[in-house]
Amino acid sequence: MTATPDRIADGSYWPQSYTLGPIMSGEPCCVPKTLISVEGLSPSYSGKTALENVSLDIDGGCITALIGPSGCGKTSLLSSLNRLTDLIPGCRLAGRIRIDGEDIHGVDVNVQGLRRRVGMIFQRPNPFPLSIRRNIEMPLREHGMSRRSELDERIERALRDVGLWAEVRDRLDSPALTLSGGQQQRLCIARAVALEPSILLMDEPCSALDPLSSGIVEDLIASLRGRYTVVIVTHNLAQARRIANYAALFWVQNRAGTLIEFDQCRRLLEAPRSDITAAYVRGHRG
Amino acid sequence: MPDVCVAPPAAYLHVRDTLLRAAVWSATLLVGAVFAWLLADLLGQGAARIDWSFLTSAPRNAGRSGGIAPILVSTLVVVVVAIAVAAPLGLATAVLLAEVVRRGGRTERLIGLSLDVLAGIPSIVFGLFGNAFFCIWLGLGFSILAGGLTLACMVLPILIRTAESGLRMVPNDWRFGAAALGLSRAATLWQILIPAAAPALLAGLMLGIGRAMAETAALVFTSGYVDRMPSSLWDSGRAISVHIYDLSMNVAGGDQSAYASALVLIVLLIMINSAAIWLADILLVRRIKMI
Repeated sequence: MTATPDRIADGSYWPQSYTLGPIMSGEPCCVPKTLISVEGLSPSYSGKTALENVSLDIDGGCITALIGPSGCGKTSLLSSLNRLTDLIPGCRLAGRIRIDGEDIHGVDVNVQGLRRRVGMIFQRPNPFPLSIRRNIEMPLREHGMSRRSELDERIERALRDVGLWAEVRDRLDSPALTLSGGQQQRLCIARAVALEPSILLMDEPCSALDPLSSGIVEDLIASLRGRYTVVIVTHNLAQARRIANYAALFWVQNRAGTLIEFDQCRRLLEAPRSDITAAYVRGHRG
Repeated sequence: MPDVCVAPPAAYLHVRDTLLRAAVWSATLLVGAVFAWLLADLLGQGAARIDWSFLTSAPRNAGRSGGIAPILVSTLVVVVVAIAVAAPLGLATAVLLAEVVRRGGRTERLIGLSLDVLAGIPSIVFGLFGNAFFCIWLGLGFSILAGGLTLACMVLPILIRTAESGLRMVPNDWRFGAAALGLSRAATLWQILIPAAAPALLAGLMLGIGRAMAETAALVFTSGYVDRMPSSLWDSGRAISVHIYDLSMNVAGGDQSAYASALVLIVLLIMINSAAIWLADILLVRRIKMI
């Protein structure tokens, strides 16, 4: 029985064939339950379609990798999930995205609340030009938290979660931009995590970092499994293999990005059903 | 062999380089020399007149003797009024241009065009407008308030344009980052964009202050040329450049005082500019670079 988005969605595929290989061994990452449901999504920019009719269901608590060559719409899908596409002039979305059953484009949706629940990490680390402490504190205050003790506790917990606490505890008030690239990226993750989101979107979070920092951030992302639903865009297939439970391969067909295959990550990489996937994961194309 | 492959002789290249260097250096030296000459002239003719009492006493005998204390106070108050009015208006307009309206859209082009026209209007025209609008129509009369408001209109285009470009220089990474954290636009603006653009905002403010302090024509018709110490915003007051103009044009034997006052003005401008550079450096270092 093959894994198709439909079967994953209706549960007929799960959980008997739950084989994720050595990295994934041990207890299952999660009870598979759809958290994000994308139906017929087609984002377009000033009339140019970036993605054509994409439907997939993303399970809660798992890491889902979006892979494929540049320009195939992975980032468009990612930034549709927290409605960051609203910020791009000329961007229109067709289709429906539901998170926890709620349509994120519904009339009564509070976009700021949605983005608090759906955090995002960008390719280039983008800590604000404030102190390390203020980087985490300011969004918390904006979302209504003002008790000093509560704030300090949240800040420490977030920094501990990303393994940054020991490195910065003595200099919380120094500028965040004095941190190294890898530390900055972890601070950005801490900043998002402090808001207690349920979903983290990551757009090639390691690609602007040196190999060592990249490894540290990758381990951190892997450790988030189970606590957060992570959707990560990556060009690094080895990374996807190491950390992702599921993978979706996108490809440009008829000048628009298309979802080619969506499956368990190891299955997609090792026994792809589509020729395009096979060629891509073996490095023949893309 | 085609010509393009033949390099010109080394001697020719050398001569060309030397000529270019000579041209660039002489142009720079010429500019520097003009400033040095101006400063030397002011120092030579005015420095002898300047002492503590010149700065702290009132002018006597139409400014031929005595000091410039009331004039300094009037100048300061006029500039403070102008900046206090223009800075918030300018910042708000810059935010509209850089953050709200669509880049290259009709609104942006229309506002941009009016700003550029406004920036090109001679100050004497602002003076006439200020006189007609603030002094007569609003009934403020010849007053420091009317002068300050007129100057505010005049420096607005500079403030808006520098603040706008400062805001545009802030990388989009931070805008997207802030939006992705669910920050409101107001919070993004106050907490991130304006602090990040602060050095540019400050530079624009200093340009505006410099322009306001050195203004003559717009003030002659609005804040007037009474050289008494002003007692309120509704009093007429003589700004320093008006004082210089009056001394050199209308007062026989007032040249030395005019030079001394001009020297004071130049020193003030240099001080303001240095303070701006120093402040901008501090802001940049504190927010962005290493401590």
